[in-house]
Amino acid sequence: MSRKYELVYVVSPDATDDQVTEVHTQVESIVQRMNGQLEKTDNWGRRKLAYEIGRHKEGTYVLEVINGDGDVMKEIDRRLKVTDLVIRHLVVRVDQEQAVVERTRNERSETSRRRRVARGLPPDRQPGEGQRGEPDDDRDDRFDMGGEELR
Amino acid sequence: MNGRKGFGGRGKSSSTTQQGGKDAQRRPMFRRRKVCKFCSDKIDDINYKDVKLLMPFVPERAKVLPRRISGTCALHQRKLRTAIMRARQLALIPYTTE
Repeated sequence: MSRKYELVYVVSPDATDDQVTEVHTQVESIVQRMNGQLEKTDNWGRRKLAYEIGRHKEGTYVLEVINGDGDVMKEIDRRLKVTDLVIRHLVVRVDQEQAVVERTRNERSETSRRRRVARGLPPDRQPGEGQRGEPDDDRDDRFDMGGEELR
Repeated sequence: MNGRKGFGGRGKSSSTTQQGGKDAQRRPMFRRRKVCKFCSDKIDDINYKDVKLLMPFVPERAKVLPRRISGTCALHQRKLRTAIMRARQLALIPYTTE
């Protein structure tokens, strides 16, 4: 059974570009060897870390979207754990959540279409249609509780 | 002794709640009803990679903003929490600040 996973790993800032690609090829070869497929790779480049990991303050983030079964990810997880160059990694299964998101999105558009037709409007929004600009309300009253007491 | 202690505690707490009720009666305050940001903006996918979306929900101390303040609905708060926890693992969001 094929599932969809997202893998994000953070490569140490000392690594050269070649070393980053090498980690990527390693992942790719594992995926290919175990009959998975690499759907997408995205290098976010160098980012500042929110907290220090070891002594590092920066890291190169790489995102990979992988189709395959759990064993592929288990193997990748194991490999990344022993790779010193990778300072942090995270594997998340995404296919189920994406399906849910898609379903709610479809349901929403469908109900809006149905309601528009019931009101005698064309099913899709026309350009220039929509709510007029709402009156500006930039006052943030979220933290106003008991504000009166201070005055 | 234990019983007496418990009784004392109860008595005290009930008196404070009474005071609180009185306070609220004296000052009827209008508060705008809070709505869930994700419901109103129709954001279905709360993703851990979207740091810009998550940042308003982790103020200063980098703790997760409680529902009673942000007004987020239960469903979205749950999704938000997972997203924040994942982002923290990847050092996209801090666990805490000094």
